[in-house]
Amino acid sequence: MPSVASKQYPDDVSLLVLLLDTNPFFWSTTSITFSQFLSHVLAFLNAVLGLNQLNQVVVIATGYSSCEYIYDSSLTSNHGSFERDRTGMPPLFASLLNKLEDFVTKDEELSREEGNEDRTPSCLLSGSLSMALCYIQRVFRSGHLHPQPRILCLQGSPDGPEQYVAVMNSIFSAQRLMVPIDSCYIGVQNSAFLQQASYITGGVHHTPKQLDGLFQYLTTIFATDLHSRGFVQLPKPIGVDFRASCFCHKKTIDMGYICSVCLSIFCEHHKKCSTCGSVFGQSKLDESSSVSDKKKKASQT
Amino acid sequence: MSNQRKRLSGEREDEDDEDAEGIGEWERAYVDDRSWEELQEDESGLLRPIDNSAIYHAQYRRRLRMLSAAAAGTRIQKGLIRYLYIVIDFSRAAAETDFRPSRIAVMAKHVEAFIREFFDQNPLSQVGLVSIKNGVAHTLTDLGGSPETHIKELMGKLEALGDSSLQNALELVNEHLSQVPSYGHREVLILYSALCTCDPGDIMDTIQKCKKSKLRCSVIGLSAEMFICKHLCQETGGLYSVAVDEVHLKDLLLEHAPPPPAIAEFAISNLIKMGFPQRAAEGSMAICSCHKEVKIGAGYMCPRCKARVCDLPTECTICGLTLVSSPHLARSYHHLFPIAPFDEVPALSSLNDSRKDLGKSCFGCQQSLNGAGNKPGPCVTCRKCKHYFCLDCDIYIHESLHNCPGCESIHRPKSVSLMEE
Repeated sequence: MPSVASKQYPDDVSLLVLLLDTNPFFWSTTSITFSQFLSHVLAFLNAVLGLNQLNQVVVIATGYSSCEYIYDSSLTSNHGSFERDRTGMPPLFASLLNKLEDFVTKDEELSREEGNEDRTPSCLLSGSLSMALCYIQRVFRSGHLHPQPRILCLQGSPDGPEQYVAVMNSIFSAQRLMVPIDSCYIGVQNSAFLQQASYITGGVHHTPKQLDGLFQYLTTIFATDLHSRGFVQLPKPIGVDFRASCFCHKKTIDMGYICSVCLSIFCEHHKKCSTCGSVFGQSKLDESSSVSDKKKKASQT
Repeated sequence: MSNQRKRLSGEREDEDDEDAEGIGEWERAYVDDRSWEELQEDESGLLRPIDNSAIYHAQYRRRLRMLSAAAAGTRIQKGLIRYLYIVIDFSRAAAETDFRPSRIAVMAKHVEAFIREFFDQNPLSQVGLVSIKNGVAHTLTDLGGSPETHIKELMGKLEALGDSSLQNALELVNEHLSQVPSYGHREVLILYSALCTCDPGDIMDTIQKCKKSKLRCSVIGLSAEMFICKHLCQETGGLYSVAVDEVHLKDLLLEHAPPPPAIAEFAISNLIKMGFPQRAAEGSMAICSCHKEVKIGAGYMCPRCKARVCDLPTECTICGLTLVSSPHLARSYHHLFPIAPFDEVPALSSLNDSRKDLGKSCFGCQQSLNGAGNKPGPCVTCRKCKHYFCLDCDIYIHESLHNCPGCESIHRPKSVSLMEE
C-alpha cells in the first residue's frame, strides 16, 4: 500500500514549517533590519513553493511573549485577493505580512503588560516547536497521501534555559515522528538547543557567516527536499553543544550533579532534591564510588 | 478493538481448520464484543462510522488512568536508574506452539521490542540477559547500555532444551546484581514458560535472599499461574502476570518499560557528579583516551580534563568523571513534569460563546473544531492557558509531546513555578 501511494504522490513533495523569530530584542541588535531579512525569507518561501506545485509552506511566528500561525499555503483564503492588490505586494504574501504585523503589535503589547524583568531576551522556541509538531501530527493523520514534513527554525535570539525541558520534549517527539528539524542560526552566540535539535532529529544546522546573502544560504541548504538530501553535500556540524540547563538556577552548565532518583540536574550540591524530594546522604556517596572502583578493578584484572 | 479484529481477519485461514466445535475462535470474539450494538444511526437513517466513538473512548480511558496516576502522588519519585536482568526460560516448555510459531520465537520478538523501549524510557539504566536451559542458568550478556549487543546475542541462542530452574536463575542474577552501585534499582524480569522448577536446593531460602538484597522480581508466565512465582513476586514487591495470548504478552512486557515508583528503602538517593561533554566537529582529529588511537571526528570531550572519549555514557579514563549525554537524561524528564489532563468542554452549553471569541480552530493544529454540519464538535481545554484543542491533539500532546503548546507560548517563568510546587 505505501509503495502505491508513493507512486501517486512523489516523495519529494514537502511540507515546510518555518519558525520565524520575531523577537524585537534580537532584531534591534542586528546588522540587517527585519524587513531586509523578511525579503530574503519571502523569496525563499516563494522558491520552495515553486519547486513543486504540491509543496506546502506553513509559517509560525516565534515572538517574545507569544506564538502564532501567520501563514498556511494550503488555505484557500490566501489566494482569494488577486484583484485587491493595491500595495503592489505579491498577493500570496500580502496576508502573511498583514498577519505578521498584527502579531508583532500584539506581541509587543503582551510583553509590555508583563513588565520587563532582567530575563534573557529569548524567543519562545518551545511553543512554536510544539505547535509545529501538532500541525505535522495532523498532516500524518490525514492519511497515506501526505507531503514529507520538515521544520526549519530561523532563529537569532539566544536560548532561554528555562525552556530546556520543553524544547527537549519537542525534539524527542520530532525524532519519534521522524521529522527533521533544520536550523539556521543567525545570532552571535551558538544555540545549544538548535544544535541538539538538528543533531538528534537528523536535520541540518548552519550558521551563516554573512547575513546579506541569507537568501543564497537558505536556497542552497534548506530548500532541498528530504529525498534529494542523500545526493547533496550539506554542511557538516561543527561540533554539537550538549550542555544542559540546571534546574535550580536555569544556568547552562557542562558539569553538574544528578539526582539518582529523578535525574534532575543541579549546578551545586544540595541536601535535598527540589524535584522529587529525596534526601541525599553524603556518606553514601563515598560508599557507592568505592563500589564502582572495586568493580573497575575487578574488570581490569 | 480494531487492532484485534485486523489480526483476526489475517489469521482466519489458519484457524478455520481448528474450530471443530461449532463456534470458531474468530466468531467468538464478535459474539463477546457484541459490536453490532455500537452501531448508531444519524438523522437521515445512515450508519454513523463507529471508529469515532472508539477513539473517543480509548482516549477517555487514558485520561482516567492519568488522573489516577496524578492522584497517587504529587511528588513523583521514580526509580530511573535501573539495573534489570531479563531471564528467559528456554526449557522444553518454550518449544510449545500454543503461541505461533512457537513460544520461544514470540518471546524473542517481544523481548527485542521491550529492550528498545526500555532504553528509550530509562536512560542510564542497564540490562543483562540470562537464559535457563537444561536446568542451568546461563549469562547471555552482562549488564550493558547498548540495545544492539543484547538483541544480537539473544537472537543467536534460540533453542529450547531440558528443564527449567527458577532457583538457579535467581542465584545467578542475585550474584551479578550485588555489584551495582547503591543508588541503582535492582530488578529481574522473568519470562517463564515451564510449569515446574527443578531446583538444587530450597528455593524459599533463595527468595528470602533476594528480598534481603532488595531485588525486585517480576514474572510473566506463558502457560498458567504457579504458586512459587506468585510467592516470589509478593515477597519481593514485583508484578506477577500470566499472558493469555501474544497481544497480551506484549502489553504485559511493555508495562515493565516505564520506571516503577521508587521505593525509598530499595535504593539510596544520591547526587552523582556528571559531565556533559560536547561533541567534537566532524573531521577534527584527536587521540582518544579509551582506545589510545588517533580518530577523525565523532568524539566527545570531557569538560573537566578535556580528554577525548569515543562513546557515551562512560567514565573518563583520565579524571574518572561520569560522562553522559544530556539529551539522554532529558528523555526521562516528561516523567517528572507531566502535563495536567485537559478538561473536556461540554459540546452544548454556554461555553460555545466563549469559544467563538477564541476562534474555532484547535490551537495546536489549526483544525476546525466544528464537527459535521457546522455544529461545535467535541474539544478539550487546558486549565492553565485556556486554549482549546481537538481530541487528536489532546492524545498527541499527552502521549508523545508532553508539552502544552498553549502554555509554552506564554512568556512567564513557568518551569520555575512548576518546580516549586
